[in-house]
Amino acid sequence: MKVHEYQAKELFKQYGIPVPRGKVAETPEEAKKIAEELGGNLFVVKAQVHAGGRGKAGGVKLAKSVDEVYEIAKKMIGMKLVTHQTGPEGKLVRKVLVEEGLNIEKEFYVGMVIDRQTECPVMMVSSEGGVEIEEVAKKSPEKILKAYIDPALGMMPFYARQLAFGLGFTGDVFKKAVNFMTALYKLFIEKDASLAEINPLVLTKEGDLIALDAKINFDDNALYRHPEIAELRDIHEEDPLEVEASKYDLNYIKLDGNIGCMVNGAGLAMATMDIIKLYGGEPANFLDVGGAANAERVKNAFRILLSDPNVKAVFINIFGGIVRCDRVAEGVTKAAGELEVKVPMVVRLEGTNKEQAMEILKNSGLSFILADSMADGAEKAVKAAKGEL
Amino acid sequence: MSILVNRDTRVVVQGITGKEGTFHAKQCIEYGTNIVAGVTPGKGGQMWEGKVPVYNTVAEAVEKEGANASLIFVPPAFAADAIAEAAYAGCKVIVAITEGIPALDMMKVKRAIRDTGARLIGPNCPGVITPGECKMGIMPGYIFKRGPVGVISRSGTLTYEAVWQCTTRGIGQSTCIGIGGDPIIGSRFIDLLKLFNEDPETELVILIGEIGGSAEEEAAEYIKKEFKKPVVAFIAGRTAPPGRRMGHAGAIIAGGKGTAAEKMAALREAGVHVVESPAEIGSTVAKVLGK
Repeated sequence: MKVHEYQAKELFKQYGIPVPRGKVAETPEEAKKIAEELGGNLFVVKAQVHAGGRGKAGGVKLAKSVDEVYEIAKKMIGMKLVTHQTGPEGKLVRKVLVEEGLNIEKEFYVGMVIDRQTECPVMMVSSEGGVEIEEVAKKSPEKILKAYIDPALGMMPFYARQLAFGLGFTGDVFKKAVNFMTALYKLFIEKDASLAEINPLVLTKEGDLIALDAKINFDDNALYRHPEIAELRDIHEEDPLEVEASKYDLNYIKLDGNIGCMVNGAGLAMATMDIIKLYGGEPANFLDVGGAANAERVKNAFRILLSDPNVKAVFINIFGGIVRCDRVAEGVTKAAGELEVKVPMVVRLEGTNKEQAMEILKNSGLSFILADSMADGAEKAVKAAKGEL
Repeated sequence: MSILVNRDTRVVVQGITGKEGTFHAKQCIEYGTNIVAGVTPGKGGQMWEGKVPVYNTVAEAVEKEGANASLIFVPPAFAADAIAEAAYAGCKVIVAITEGIPALDMMKVKRAIRDTGARLIGPNCPGVITPGECKMGIMPGYIFKRGPVGVISRSGTLTYEAVWQCTTRGIGQSTCIGIGGDPIIGSRFIDLLKLFNEDPETELVILIGEIGGSAEEEAAEYIKKEFKKPVVAFIAGRTAPPGRRMGHAGAIIAGGKGTAAEKMAALREAGVHVVESPAEIGSTVAKVLGK
């Protein structure tokens, strides 16, 4: 689960990780008031959306007065911010974070993830802050220092020392860096984070280390033990159809094509998307209906699939294992009948009682297009979406 | 021969009195699996379905019934605990079906059980089957047939698809393992390829991968250096957009890494027969085996 920058910074504060002074605003008036409270003559106004690349897209602006903060906030709140991560439709800005401006001496990068290869947390730092870290990794990987942390030991001081010395810190700043990394590790583990990224971490002219930006994602599987984190979810940031699907325990991801896919199992669902593409079509979605593809689940899946106006055909690809094919066919027939589905439906069922299932579909009075293999189904779905079937 | 499980495997089912546990334990017994005990803390002393003794701890099931493998259906919040309990009680094969275990729990428990000698399969997986001998999992038993093909897969239903394509062509399997869709899993491709390499019954291995992580690349390296048998592979998710998690927690292209194209290239380079279409797995296996 993703959270906003301002929420991440609130968490940072709780763990003693320094962040710029500031507050979140939903109106330009609020933004101005926050700036007045902050005082000084340099402010930053930052659009709060779940996407990277905000700076380049005009979502981060400097202001030299409280009136300028007001003007910027007025333009920013309600705008659609388009970054390389939002897609062409962009994201509506509902809130802005207003912060004090800092005297920046140098920018750094700090990140943390669970490394799948070594199966332990890894903390990464780089002197190349403020730029895309993927670029640094590609061009000069030696500039990224990593510490693979033994989870049984936790963040021993030597890991933090190694990274802080590696960045060239000495004296007071070195101590601050060690504290910063130790606190970040603690937050990551205690709250079951899956990714944390501070880009940039800044060293100010006054000698302070401050998290200028803050990104943190949490493990969905662990939210049950962190109700305070689960509460930070902002469903405005998610695709409404995906939110709707999650209510019914369906795993749905919207894509740009026109063939709606209904499949059981994540691997088979991906493979179905792949085979549609092999036959020259474009999948409209990823959808895993789960192991028990009963009438209720199929009906909800149909509703979600068909609320995407791009969908010109539906491909149902189900491997009936323990749930028999005839039961799946009954469910599909009932759901399609009740919803009066208008687009062509290609159905491929494999497994126990396949023959009975085909009879049920044939005798349903609905115009299913039957396929006898995955390849046959994909080919027919592609033709149906083009209006050739 | 086969790997991991056979007719001598004595299975304890952790969570046997729950809905999932009961349903699938029955299916396993029907298939012929030797389920010798169940464990549900607080329900020790009961007789499950009138035939399988239930114990409070795995240690008791090992001591009294000689259990040497555990099949886990415990809810995600308690699953890491259940895995550790099975390992420290002496179970040598542990299959965790549970979906949704926190990554940090898996990270800790996997390290902890390293020294026990237990082999963990999963979590978030369909399990392991040696056709005709032992089914430790939730897969439909009838699709399998005994024969020379080993299967290792990150996916559930896609495994069934591949197996069915083989079985309907008359090609059977030695052992099939669903390794699970999570970022941290007990056994990776490479761990099981090593076992298949030494199994005289296995003549060919099907490897079914997905986007995300680098386990397929790691497998490719091993295959190139040491694997003695032909491998047929399919990688799901060629059309998946970066940054979006495709159902499985582990199936995500992050930071430009873990794409299907990279994995397919690495496997091809290692001499693996990589199929473009999931519909061609069975026919490719038949061709390679000369059947």
